[in-house]
Amino acid sequence: MTKVHPAALAAPAQILLVVVAAMLAWTAPQAATAAPVADGDASGAEEEPSPLPSLQQAEERGLRPLEDSPDIEYRLVVLDGATILTAAGKTFAPGYIVLDGGRIKSLGEGRAPTIEGAHVLDTTGMFITPGLIDTHSHLGVYAAPGSRAHGDGNEATAPTTAGVWAEHSFNPQDPGIQRAVAGGVTTIQVLPGSANLVGGRGVVLQMVPHRGSRAMRYPGAPETLKMACGENPKRVYGSRSSAPSTRMGNLRATRTAFLKAERYLAKLKKHEDKATRKGPTTKRRRDRDRDRDEEHGPERDLDLESLVGVLRGEVLPQVHCYRADDMLSMLQLSDEFGFHIRSFHHATDAYKIRDILAERQVAASTWADSWTFKLEAYDAIPETPALLAEAGGLPVIHSDSAISIQRLNQEAAKAWYAGLHAGIEVSRDEALSWITLNPAWVLGIDHDTGSLETGKRGDLVVWDADPFSVYSSARWVFIEGVLRYDSKNTSTWSDFELGQGGQP
Amino acid sequence: MNRWLATALCLLLVGLSGGMARAADSAPACRVLTGARVHLPSGPVDDAVVVIVGDRIAAAGTAINGLELSTTNPASAQFQGHTCSQEDRSDWLITAGLIETRSNVGLVEVGAEDRSRDQNWEDGPANRAALAVADSYNARSSQIPIARLGGLTSVLAIPRGGLISGQGAAVDLAGAGQHDSILIDNVALYANLAHGSSRAASILLLHQALNDARFFTANKRAFDEGRTRPLSADPAALAAISEVVNRSIPLVVRANRAADIEALLRLAKEQKIRLVVNGGAEAWLLADQLAAAGVAVILDPMVFGPGSFDQIEARPDNAALLHRAGVDIIISGGARYFPLGLRYLAGDAVRSGLDYEAALAAVTSTPAKVFGLPGRGQIEAGAVANLVAWSSDPFELSSRPLEILVRGRTVSLNNRRTELRERYRRLPGSPVPPPPLPTP
Repeated sequence: MTKVHPAALAAPAQILLVVVAAMLAWTAPQAATAAPVADGDASGAEEEPSPLPSLQQAEERGLRPLEDSPDIEYRLVVLDGATILTAAGKTFAPGYIVLDGGRIKSLGEGRAPTIEGAHVLDTTGMFITPGLIDTHSHLGVYAAPGSRAHGDGNEATAPTTAGVWAEHSFNPQDPGIQRAVAGGVTTIQVLPGSANLVGGRGVVLQMVPHRGSRAMRYPGAPETLKMACGENPKRVYGSRSSAPSTRMGNLRATRTAFLKAERYLAKLKKHEDKATRKGPTTKRRRDRDRDRDEEHGPERDLDLESLVGVLRGEVLPQVHCYRADDMLSMLQLSDEFGFHIRSFHHATDAYKIRDILAERQVAASTWADSWTFKLEAYDAIPETPALLAEAGGLPVIHSDSAISIQRLNQEAAKAWYAGLHAGIEVSRDEALSWITLNPAWVLGIDHDTGSLETGKRGDLVVWDADPFSVYSSARWVFIEGVLRYDSKNTSTWSDFELGQGGQP
Repeated sequence: MNRWLATALCLLLVGLSGGMARAADSAPACRVLTGARVHLPSGPVDDAVVVIVGDRIAAAGTAINGLELSTTNPASAQFQGHTCSQEDRSDWLITAGLIETRSNVGLVEVGAEDRSRDQNWEDGPANRAALAVADSYNARSSQIPIARLGGLTSVLAIPRGGLISGQGAAVDLAGAGQHDSILIDNVALYANLAHGSSRAASILLLHQALNDARFFTANKRAFDEGRTRPLSADPAALAAISEVVNRSIPLVVRANRAADIEALLRLAKEQKIRLVVNGGAEAWLLADQLAAAGVAVILDPMVFGPGSFDQIEARPDNAALLHRAGVDIIISGGARYFPLGLRYLAGDAVRSGLDYEAALAAVTSTPAKVFGLPGRGQIEAGAVANLVAWSSDPFELSSRPLEILVRGRTVSLNNRRTELRERYRRLPGSPVPPPPLPTP
């Protein structure tokens, strides 16, 4: 446990606090999933320097966060009469949902009970799903309008840049954010690009307008790390006649980075052991440097801190790979260093190794129908998500695009029907989980969102028609129980869009 | 069974079917499809009949002269002297085959691999008007049967890059070679307004090229004899551009910004050419002018939002607003990586307010009309039998093509992707089992 400055416990800083808490939940490999959610449990932390320090140090010095969370007015809202697709195995047709304090207070079959003081929305004839979650977005790091100035997604100056953070590139004025919400998206993972073998930290954001990315962080979501294999890194660096220029060069460089991280972790552990040991320190030290490392911890290294987070199971690796053999190489690498790849991304060949992915519980974030833009995507088939689901795996439909993020529901429907047409029987609820519950698991927030269940966050979409129809649009989108999108009131969030166009 | 016997049987069957195919060549095959919902030029008609003779639609509608259906023998319907197979298709929905007007099918196999890419003369001059992509069209590309699964039966394979990119080809997605695929090898000339560093310079250079082509056509002999001023392009390019000058083919110019479309409308008026706007994200701002000038717009309904400085005022009901003003609209997905998606884009346009029949026209009859594709895009007597039979509403995510006809021939629904799927249908284990040991 760690020291957390009392200032960090003030309500506005809870987001920061839970990030810290998530980062420090080390013991179990899957600890990140079970990170405490906005409950301030870390307040009883013992005094001890953080072995994985980050931006919370400013908080520890007693500085107020730069951007306070705004005061959110949680209303008591009842959504009554819609067909409710829960992504939790149940469908209520019709059903109702009661939102209170930002969370789902209750839901069920039939008409809603009368609740004193509740704001009731008639959703008869409409459909309600969980808010959609995209595991792979570059919104904000390649903000619209596309321009050189907005090219902030690839720190393509070295093949491993684990120490860069997507949240520091993220431009909250990207007009694409609001358009994604209009498509029903409530949470995204923003990732660095795939030029680098280790591209840097991703960030999980709730789609709520703020002046900076830190305040948009999804409370309690674990840290993530973008990695890549295959064509992109070897092309980017090979074309500069530097390493890597081949797939084997990719693997060597990634393994080398993790070997370094292992040594760094060993130093950290010695330091932690010493810090927790009772009594005076032993005086039989021969190596002064080692002694200093043990006393104060090794010199901080932002790149190694991210990789160490992966080795400790608290930073979830998100690995861009297309070809089956590339994914197998990365699985071997993860075995070598003892970490768990949370999700492959793009993963167009995932169907070829779906038995292995299912057994190891490695998710595959992929498209419904996108292929042949490069050779490693030449074997993509539209039935991949259905085949993965049939094998007990964890398919996810991701966008990787500011356009298709606006219709993830259609992408899921395409993939579902492609499977059905090929005789792969998958339920509608399962197909819905490809854009809700499964991506929530990939981001380590499935205990908190991703399905419509009592106690979960009020992240949901009210659709004007069956969301698996091309004619369906979001009518209302709620994020943490707060109405954030109304199709009949679409004033812009983005500063960029103000004052554009002719004003005669 | 003895393997050799099996092989011999197979060979015999192949020979027989070949013989049948030859017999069919001499007397064109006739099919009568009954009971389907058919989208005719006048709109959808339930319980309609489509008669296909050879590669043509011989008749379509509810009351067909000269057709005698058989109640007893489905192989013996009669139509104008033809004996036809009569097929009950009451669960089908039949439309004309879809037409993608900005395709690279047959030109690009793998986008990132330059050795498989033939769409853009990457190191060519700014004016590439003489280039005809028909010369590199690969009718055997693995992408063609995949594109057909999206309901496409014809595409315009188009060049990219440069100020004037070259000539596009209209092709039917059939055949084993250029000879039995290419419909028109110079269907239109393509250009980009955003070439180089100045749009005004692009307009200037387009004027110059058009003026020089006009001059060249009028003074060909003098040019050949070296008695003219120097011209801005070589004779082959000028000859290609003269097709635009004499209004035989349209000039299709990529432009999204309203200001650029205004500049192009002026250019088209001054040069008296047929203009088609390719992109048109902000075209709704100029709907009335485009309608008055008879300029068609090729657009993608999902391109909205200020993705670039050229489309700051893009909006999702662009297609609906243009159609309401009387502009010919063509819906297109552009890049081929989502070819299955053209029909869904039409559905997106409907979701954003476009009339259903207008959306269907925007992927069938309007492209055929704007680009002069003979007999394509409509189900009517005399048209080429490029048809798709759908399980239900083709714009819906739940539907799929059940049968696709290109030039009257039923084409395979199998492709590289279905073969990959079947190869990996059973796991774990090697997808490629060893062959049986040969029998001694």
